[in-house]
Amino acid sequence: MIELAADKGIRLSDNSIASSPLAVRGLTVSYGQKPAVFSVDMTVQPGAMTAIIGPNGAGKSTLLKAALGIVKPLSGQVTVFGRPLEEQRAQIAYVPQRASVDWDFPTRVIDVVLMGLYRELGLLGRLHARHKARALDCLARVGMRDFADRQIGQLSGGQQQRVFLARALAQDADLYLLDEPFAGVDAATEKAIISVLKSLKEAGRTVVVVHHDLATVSDYFDHVFLINTRRVAEGPVAETFTADHLQAAYGGRLATAQVDQLARVLG
Amino acid sequence: MNGSEFVPLSLTPLLIGVLAAVACALPGNFLVLRRQALIGDAISHVVLPGIVVAFLLTGVIAAWPMMLGAAGAAVVAVVLIEAIRRLGRIEPGAAMGVVFTTMFAAGVLLLEQTDTSTVHLDVEHALYGNLESLIWLDATGWASLLDPVALAGLPVELARILVTLIGVAGFIWLFWRALKLSTFDAGFARTLGIRTNLLGLALVIVAAVAAVAAFDAVGSIIVIAMFICPPAAARMMTNTLEGQVGWSVIFAILSAVLGYVLAGYGPLWLGARDAVSAAGMIATISGLILALAARFGPCRTRSGAPVQV
Repeated sequence: MIELAADKGIRLSDNSIASSPLAVRGLTVSYGQKPAVFSVDMTVQPGAMTAIIGPNGAGKSTLLKAALGIVKPLSGQVTVFGRPLEEQRAQIAYVPQRASVDWDFPTRVIDVVLMGLYRELGLLGRLHARHKARALDCLARVGMRDFADRQIGQLSGGQQQRVFLARALAQDADLYLLDEPFAGVDAATEKAIISVLKSLKEAGRTVVVVHHDLATVSDYFDHVFLINTRRVAEGPVAETFTADHLQAAYGGRLATAQVDQLARVLG
Repeated sequence: MNGSEFVPLSLTPLLIGVLAAVACALPGNFLVLRRQALIGDAISHVVLPGIVVAFLLTGVIAAWPMMLGAAGAAVVAVVLIEAIRRLGRIEPGAAMGVVFTTMFAAGVLLLEQTDTSTVHLDVEHALYGNLESLIWLDATGWASLLDPVALAGLPVELARILVTLIGVAGFIWLFWRALKLSTFDAGFARTLGIRTNLLGLALVIVAAVAAVAAFDAVGSIIVIAMFICPPAAARMMTNTLEGQVGWSVIFAILSAVLGYVLAGYGPLWLGARDAVSAAGMIATISGLILALAARFGPCRTRSGAPVQV
């Protein structure tokens, strides 16, 4: 077994858990016999943009879903801003994978964005004009204002992704968790999404993104979390996004040539 | 046809048919969108042996024993499906198919072996109900609707299905936002704190209650058809969930009224002597509406469908 750099690091104090927007301890998730995520610790830095990276099937999405309580972990603890997840739901906005829903569902773009206001409206709360105005404003921030009344099935993949982001913006949370927001989207959408995420960061929000494109990690993010079922490394991009850690996370799955190329890029 | 004939003979079966159709179509909307449309089918098959056993134990056809028997059968079905799926290591769809058909077949056999000659319970009634027999003999005309003595003689099925419909509609009204959210995006719904599994279970239970109440009055054919046909046809008329539910209610009512009238009078108009089964005709009409919506509905284009050249 490769000796992992991060494991040699300092044991995190309780202090770091209390101040972390999302702290995960000893999280293990299994769908069958084999664990998808095994005994993972993660401490997201406040106000940072963190990429969760790792090979396909490494448990990136599962880690996020378990941290959100969407899948039930076998063991482990999750705290959000130092308190149990259940008490902190209002602090979290989530963008699921685009492919996880049925886009033929009979609903319009504006209705999807309004779903982000569920916690505010409750089961039977009246929908006022100001709610609608806020939803339209969120759509405008992702450049989709003109599509408000379209049926969601008529959108392109990139447009669907932007609508999902607008819904998360409507949640007006302190912690944004996004699952592969750049998967299969056009260049314009990728640019629009990253500029929205950067504006969130500037406003002091914390952003965590499951990411698959190693080439853009250094451009988009300031922190990185490498996973391959177990935690491989975690820290600022400049120190942690190294060829050694990538080799440890991806193993043989990352061609040597790619590692060399990345090593050159990373210096 | 005048009131003195229509009110006692046709009004109550027509109303019961309409209420049963709407009670099944409402939860059907969500079941269809959740790709669980066949649950309605499954429920109406599974409850048969439960109802027969309840009759064997109590000797009467009454609402509570029937509901309990149906619920017991549903529990047995769920346990059997899980057992077959795990022990046989086969996919859930196949396990369900085996359990539902087997339990329905067992129900039919039980029914045949049972002396039910004194009550309205036999294979025929299980399939297409006894809608035509739910008449209101105390009525003499429209005036009877205001006559307390006559109203006391209304078939109990009418009150039962009305209460069921109010319950079903109340559930959907109360949980509308949560149902919509968890049907569209269950993962996101869970991050909002919505207990999606519990809500999904509640939806199936509500559908089961509607199925059992409707089954009692109109038989399993209508139940199966009304869970699927009106919602599926409604989906092709509109692109909003509110619109879909509205259209599904319209289609359910249309199927029940047209089906009942055509079954009663259609054959006479064609020169035949006897009426045909109302339940069968109602289900057929709902199928025709679905076919028409599929051909002419304004919202038929689906993003997943192959492009027509």
